[in-house]
Amino acid sequence: MAIDIFLSRRNPELTLRQKFWQLNWGMVLLLCLIAGVGFAMLYSAANGSMTPWASRQMIRFGLGLVLMFTVALIDIRFWFRYAYLIYFAAFALLVAVEVMGTIGMGAQRWIDLGFIRLQPSEMMKVALVLALARYFHGVASEDIGRPTYLILPIMLAVAPAGLVLKQPDLGTAGMLLLAAGAVFFAAGVRWWKFALVIVAGLGAIPIGWQFLHDYQKARVMTFLNPENDPLGAGYHSLQAMIAFGSGAVTGKGFMQGTQSHLNFLPEKQTDFIFTMLAEEFGLVGSLGLLGLYFLVLAYGLAISLRARNQFARVLALGLTTNLFLYVFINMAMVMGMFPVVGVPLPLVSYGGTVLLTVMIAMGLIMSCYIHRDIRISRRGTAEV
Amino acid sequence: MLQKNEDNERQRAFTRRGLLLGGAQTLLLAGLAGRMYYLQVIESDRYKTLAEDNRINLRLLPPPRGRILDRFGLPLATNRQNFRVVLVREHAGDVEKVLMALSRLIELNEHDTKRVLREVSRKRGFVPVTVRENLTWDEVSRVEVNGPELPGVTIEMGQIRDYPYADSMAHVLGYVAAVAERDLTGDPLLELPGFRIGKNGIEQKYDLALRGNAGTSQIEVNAYGRVIRELNREEGKPGDELVLTVDGGLQTFVHQRLQGEKSASAVVMDIENGDVLALASVPSFDPNAFNIGLTYKQWNDLINDPLHPLTNKAIAGMYAPGSTFKMMVALAALKAGINPNQKVFCPGYMTLGRSRFHCWKRGGHGWVDMHEGIQHSCDVYFYDTSRKVGIDNIAAMANRFGLGEKVGIDLNGEKGGVIPTRDWKLANIGETWQGGETLVASIGQGFVLATPLQLATMAARIASGKQVTPRLTRGVRADAEPPEGEAAEAAVPDFAPLEVPPAHLKVIREAMDAVSNHPRGTAYRARIQEEGMELAGKTGTSQVRRITLAERAAGVTKNEQLPWRRRDHALFVSFAPVHKPRYCCAVVVEHGGGGSAVAAPIARDILLETQQRDPAGRRSLPIVAATQIVERG
Repeated sequence: MAIDIFLSRRNPELTLRQKFWQLNWGMVLLLCLIAGVGFAMLYSAANGSMTPWASRQMIRFGLGLVLMFTVALIDIRFWFRYAYLIYFAAFALLVAVEVMGTIGMGAQRWIDLGFIRLQPSEMMKVALVLALARYFHGVASEDIGRPTYLILPIMLAVAPAGLVLKQPDLGTAGMLLLAAGAVFFAAGVRWWKFALVIVAGLGAIPIGWQFLHDYQKARVMTFLNPENDPLGAGYHSLQAMIAFGSGAVTGKGFMQGTQSHLNFLPEKQTDFIFTMLAEEFGLVGSLGLLGLYFLVLAYGLAISLRARNQFARVLALGLTTNLFLYVFINMAMVMGMFPVVGVPLPLVSYGGTVLLTVMIAMGLIMSCYIHRDIRISRRGTAEV
Repeated sequence: MLQKNEDNERQRAFTRRGLLLGGAQTLLLAGLAGRMYYLQVIESDRYKTLAEDNRINLRLLPPPRGRILDRFGLPLATNRQNFRVVLVREHAGDVEKVLMALSRLIELNEHDTKRVLREVSRKRGFVPVTVRENLTWDEVSRVEVNGPELPGVTIEMGQIRDYPYADSMAHVLGYVAAVAERDLTGDPLLELPGFRIGKNGIEQKYDLALRGNAGTSQIEVNAYGRVIRELNREEGKPGDELVLTVDGGLQTFVHQRLQGEKSASAVVMDIENGDVLALASVPSFDPNAFNIGLTYKQWNDLINDPLHPLTNKAIAGMYAPGSTFKMMVALAALKAGINPNQKVFCPGYMTLGRSRFHCWKRGGHGWVDMHEGIQHSCDVYFYDTSRKVGIDNIAAMANRFGLGEKVGIDLNGEKGGVIPTRDWKLANIGETWQGGETLVASIGQGFVLATPLQLATMAARIASGKQVTPRLTRGVRADAEPPEGEAAEAAVPDFAPLEVPPAHLKVIREAMDAVSNHPRGTAYRARIQEEGMELAGKTGTSQVRRITLAERAAGVTKNEQLPWRRRDHALFVSFAPVHKPRYCCAVVVEHGGGGSAVAAPIARDILLETQQRDPAGRRSLPIVAATQIVERG
């Protein structure tokens, strides 16, 4: 193995059996609860039927659990070693969809492998954090301040974001950049540099506006004034808010949501599934699910802070932030606080790739916990 | 150790930044929670309302229109089941193929097919489109039997107005038709497709009462407007069942009796209570055609017909009453103190100034008193009398008997007629009254105009001595039979006396008795021979042309030789039985010729039939107070 010396007296090398007991069972329970909420909502969305969504989502979640445990139990040094490779593989797939991707929902996002439609942009969310974690692991704190050391990580983030934006998938591109930004921040990049980027970014909005597709422009305009055009582009936003608000405190009851069951609610099994929950279970349901996510995020942050090597810290924090971005953007979107950008609610929305991506991410976070005491030299492979 | 220290330093920095990041995320999540609170607690009522508005549609249930019954409960206007074929596109698949198959079973013209194809393409797939209405039983069963070959085709049942008496009741009942733009009042019921409102006659006058109140059905719809289920249903109140004064059997008889004439009308009334027992006008029309919908040609034929089949001539036809007006002159004379036995000599004409006014009898009647004046209808007697009385006194008497203004029957379109006075002429013609005009008016010619309904009212008042006012509606049908012993007949109208001395009326009645029962009376040939049913009447023949001096010299042309339009109107007013009057009747035959020859026999047949049926003597349908009826227009 290309791994370095172990300075800790506590021997971090664990047997597979020990690792298994080290798994965060609390976290697993939380994830199962969230996924369970998802199954219930998918069952309701199909008007009380396991088909077509709930049963398939259950199977995928089962596969996801297996995948998560596998990822968690693999030594973190393996992930450290292959971080760049994984990144480039994901990047290659992203280029591939651009070249030969099938057309779906008016955007090129999938590679059809027959049994699953692979969405490289989702894989990239994990791969980018892996690559950045590996990069910042090798950079000394004093070097972080040097602009030259930031060129490579910025390239790592901007290149895939640009490709995703071209698909066009505004939501995912934004998530990639925001997650990268969070990683940069945690890694110790100076405050003023962020200020500079934000100012530059605001200045670029009018220019960037030119490159947006008409439907993207319409969504932004609709977000800014949803009731302006209640039967046109604002319809989805407005109907979602009506569904949400009409749930009130206790909701209309399981499978009793009128907005969702009478099809006033768009995309109720995917992006807008949270609205359905809010309609049927009210504030109790929506705050409850938000609380579950908060616990998962807090768990992720704690794992990040607890890790003894920079790679695991950055990786866990980056992936946690990723999960936060999913949750925040989706919820803000369905509650009319954010334009409709097509970000699903992790573990709840129907969809294979996102579910698997999130499970892999959770596996990596758990791996960070299991291997928290393993130390990796700054230059990684070079030391041995 | 160096690296370890450095690493510890790095971990501290990371922890700081990590906690900051975590704090920021927590704040943002708290923002989400705040938004949830805002939407689901503070604004929830608004969104609840919006959600209900989204899913609930209110649908109006048209109430069944109230039936119209004759005085004995015979249905005159009812609702018949209307079977229609409807097609639902999403079940039909290939619409054209289904229509082809359908056209082999029921009659479908090209116009229908095109309309269906157009409607189907415009509407959503689940919206039923009416293919054809008014299917016969035969057609219904043919469609039902072939159901499997007709996907998406169903038979729906609606209601359509039905008039079993067709054209014989048309002018009393009127008809219903689709709501026109100008009929809209904001009542959503009127905007329902296929809703019909009364357009004429009783149907129009009592439309509001007959219409009833709409029910509502709350239905749940999905985002595409498809009906999911009914949430709540409030049945409407069906329209009132209206009971008329008309005797359906008698009406049919009267109508058929008039059918022999080109254009005629008749009114039969109960002189006690003003009940109109029959009111007919020919030619007529079939009101059933109006709810099915008239073609352009049918409508044009109706409105351009020179005989005006749409006009109810019994209330809207104004005719010079001719000699039927002479009773008014006689009563005015009696009131003025003229002795009825005072004789006037009739040489066949009377000269006033340089004009000569002729009696209908060329050789004259010789000496006649009032009784004979009426019995023989001597014009000169009335010329002479009217000069003594004056036009204004005659007019005042005529007004008292219901002439000169609307009698106020519950039908729209009633005309008031004309009873001229000096003031009237000055105001309406702009000239002063000429003495000769009084003479012309005294024989019911010139300016004098009256409707058959007014003439019937006049007869009723002569016979009863009371201010009888005609009515067509008795009231709303009572839901339950009234308890035994209580008056089944609600509120027999209490008419005020006429304030004409009974002795005066007796003179007139005896003269009218003589008209039809004295061998030398003008209507003796049209008398009723059945014991106790004899009628009393007065003939009238009103000119519609001026007879020139030259023509008179050469001999007045016989009516039969004139073109129809220039022939005289034939009139007859009468009541029966003569000694205990109960029924009265007025008949006007347009351009019929002589009153005694044409109108009197019709009136005789009608009054005989009326007395034999004796509608006033039979128990009629119980009703509730007539005041409950709401009128429209």
